[in-house]
Amino acid sequence: MPATLFLPAILAKLADAKQFEVSGDTVGELVSDAATRFPALGTRLRDPNGEPYAFVTFYLNDEDIRFHGGFGAKVSDGDELTVVPAIAGG
Amino acid sequence: MTQATIARESALAVLPQHCKLCGTEYPAEANAICGECLGPLEPTYPKDRVLPDREDIARRAPNLWRYKEWLPFIGEPVYSKETGFTPLIEVPRLAEKLGVARAWVKNDAVAQPTLSFKDRVVTTAINAAHALGLGVIGCASTGNLANAVAAHAARAGLPAWIFIPEDLEPAKVINTAVFGANLVRVRGHYDDVNRLCSQLADRFGWGMVNVNLRGYYGEGSKTMAFEIAEQLGWRLPTAVVAPMAGGSLITKLRKGFGEFQAAELVSGASPRLYGAQASGCAPIVRLVESGAATLTPEIPNTIARSIAIGNPADGPFAARAMVESGGWGAHVSDEEIVSAIRLLAETTGVFTETAGGATVGAALKLAAQGRLTRDDEVVICITGNGLKTTDVVRDVLPQAPIVDAKVREVAALVAARS
Repeated sequence: MPATLFLPAILAKLADAKQFEVSGDTVGELVSDAATRFPALGTRLRDPNGEPYAFVTFYLNDEDIRFHGGFGAKVSDGDELTVVPAIAGG
Repeated sequence: MTQATIARESALAVLPQHCKLCGTEYPAEANAICGECLGPLEPTYPKDRVLPDREDIARRAPNLWRYKEWLPFIGEPVYSKETGFTPLIEVPRLAEKLGVARAWVKNDAVAQPTLSFKDRVVTTAINAAHALGLGVIGCASTGNLANAVAAHAARAGLPAWIFIPEDLEPAKVINTAVFGANLVRVRGHYDDVNRLCSQLADRFGWGMVNVNLRGYYGEGSKTMAFEIAEQLGWRLPTAVVAPMAGGSLITKLRKGFGEFQAAELVSGASPRLYGAQASGCAPIVRLVESGAATLTPEIPNTIARSIAIGNPADGPFAARAMVESGGWGAHVSDEEIVSAIRLLAETTGVFTETAGGATVGAALKLAAQGRLTRDDEVVICITGNGLKTTDVVRDVLPQAPIVDAKVREVAALVAARS
């Protein structure tokens, strides 16, 4: 499934783009696709075990993926995946 | 001209930063995230800085800038010079309820200018924004931060963009809008607002105090620890109970007490730190209770909206601060929060908002569990004012009787209550 990955500014420089198309049936596959194309970005998106870091949240169409199966969350055609580093309370 | 260049040329400069997790160093700039591991950044203090002694500090004005050597700046502050040094009130009647030797309320419910501890963090953040040449500030907020950003920006003459969940208490909305800020209500929970603001900081280059200025913002929280130590007579309590939302405050309390110990301004053991949350949103307490490696986010469902953060950024750090200090966490129901608001008011004369109710309620629970003991000297951090959440107590307080202006009617009432 084609989807769009949106990156925060701190990571965008590693892909020379703030957003780009990725493909996969799950969020994990979308991340793998991005990591294959931009290896330096890959190590920032997932830890050595292939899991998300504690300080990074992935939103699939504005929904925190941790409520939908984490990297196993299913992706539909045209979905948007947004990477958001953790920020302080308010 | 880069932001770092502006910082060097300004009369006020901010310190550079480093990653709290991997140590990577960064220049002074509006960035709170490590590009290597995405961990949070925090200011890097020069090792050779000259620190004041107790007498030096005591001679300074009663505001949080009396601890300026522990704040992330070079030079004198430009904005919000009056914030801080809120009262530390001994509360023997509450100590009796808790069964502890002595208890105090650190009363940030009267913090200036917006009656919550968020005045502290906005004070450091708005000065960081100035030092970095940022002309617009903003935040994602559960209410109190919105009030503080709006007021501090108004006083400084800066435009502010403030984003809140749509269902906030009316008083917190009014207490933001009155300052003339650009206030936007977002459909969803605070965590949705947080995500949006992270993207907006990137898009517009604003100084979002708890997003890209987070490293400088958080340091303001340490001043609560500094004040507690000084106001106790340059010593430390045995235990501190504080509310947790994003988890930053309790983490910074530990850092603050530690910095005063390192400077030999106080003696004695570090206090045990106890964190309080509402049962309807308690991911940090549940992390402590479970001993799990990672925090499980929650969808908030509580009247304590000011601490309703289901995905707390500093949650793992807060959990570590509690456990390593010998403390623990407790969460309380909405009913217990309301009951504790009334108990605090009736025993101390301090009217707190729902977060304070959670804190006092948690203290009672921790005492009942034997985690607070009769030898303890406990400080309870009250971080917000009850006038902002009157809706939660309005319907549980007794109705005041209405009488004619006749002495005999009052005499009848007095007799009935004797």
